[in-house]
Amino acid sequence: MLTATGLSCVRGERRLFAGLDLAVGPGEWLHVQGENGAGKTSLLRILATLSPPAEGEVRWQGEPVTVLAEDYRRAMLFLGHHGAVKEELTPLENLTLAAQLDGTTLDEANALSALMRFGLRGREDLAVRFLSAGQKRRVLLARLAVRKATLWILDEPFTALDVKAVDMLSGLIESHLAAGGMAILTSHQSMPLPNGRILSL
Amino acid sequence: MNAVLAIIRRDLLLAMRRKSEVLTALFFFIIVASLFPLGIGPESALLRTIAPGVIWVSALLATMLGLARLFAPDHADGTLEQMVLSPTPLGLLVTGKIAAHWITTGLPLVLLAPVLGIQFDLDVGALGVLVVALLLGTPLLSLIGAIGAALTLGVRGGGVLVSLLVLPLYVPALIFGAGAVESHISGLGAGGHLSLLAALLALAVFFAPWATTAALRISLE
Repeated sequence: MLTATGLSCVRGERRLFAGLDLAVGPGEWLHVQGENGAGKTSLLRILATLSPPAEGEVRWQGEPVTVLAEDYRRAMLFLGHHGAVKEELTPLENLTLAAQLDGTTLDEANALSALMRFGLRGREDLAVRFLSAGQKRRVLLARLAVRKATLWILDEPFTALDVKAVDMLSGLIESHLAAGGMAILTSHQSMPLPNGRILSL
Repeated sequence: MNAVLAIIRRDLLLAMRRKSEVLTALFFFIIVASLFPLGIGPESALLRTIAPGVIWVSALLATMLGLARLFAPDHADGTLEQMVLSPTPLGLLVTGKIAAHWITTGLPLVLLAPVLGIQFDLDVGALGVLVVALLLGTPLLSLIGAIGAALTLGVRGGGVLVSLLVLPLYVPALIFGAGAVESHISGLGAGGHLSLLAALLALAVFFAPWATTAALRISLE
């Protein structure tokens, strides 16, 4: 269970939000909404320990995430605006290297089946540079299918995806939640998923 | 450890896919070091005297060329964030990146240096010392350079800034590296200089990844 108490975020001279409390339990998901510049990405980066909050604390299973450090990072998967996808490498290489960076190993068969699931059949050996924006995004989302993490923190996961891919991703999140996972995501679309809560910034 | 090897393999793979960056630094090294004998003329005593300094300065400048690109692509595409979030400590991953940088820029310089040394009429013994000095010195250049690259990450005009920041820090490596070859030529033996260079390298292996990691964390916030 992820809890945060009294979070505040200051960017430059501006205070984006203050005194923010949130809690996400197993099987629940949080939809962070707000205008452009409201601090959605900043909040997700704080929750992912990429930047420290100006005030407040984030706790994972009751322990502060700063104390848990590696254990928290192992349980969490953060996908940001930028894909962390290397343009010069193929989708298959990107996926296996990302898994190795996460401290896990991924055999080729599993990686291939994840890519197929996201409709990248026949593209696995093509440099990502030659793929469309939506296909690049799909390479990134294939990581969700192969990486075992309890908490997903997704920043605008539906950007550049077509209707079919949006359905696939929704299905993936739904089965993740059904298996007791948690998700926090930002999106400008409404999401028809159960056990959701809305946080407006 | 697995993740560190993965980072090294990935960076080498990326270097293979965009060969031009690696080759640019290498040709730069060859051309700068070759301009001196052409400009000064075939006076072998003078060439022998300037050889260590010229080759070392060329190596410093060639290493500088690629530094701005050490972390910038990873920063731009979000890979750096994923590295920070990896269960493997960032310091180890950064060490892996520096190792890959040395393999793609430092090692080729070491291998080419004897060929360039012939242009300066260096004898076999001096060429050997030059190679050993560069073998100890070029990892030092990558390690120190990484600190500068991390500090200037995300700064506009970072390429120029990194030279201003890093070149003064390269001075000890230059003095002991070139000094090793000079003292060998003058018959004093290169041992002292090489030991100091090795000591600097040991110090840098310990502190540079740590400093680089701290700088990267600041630039990511």
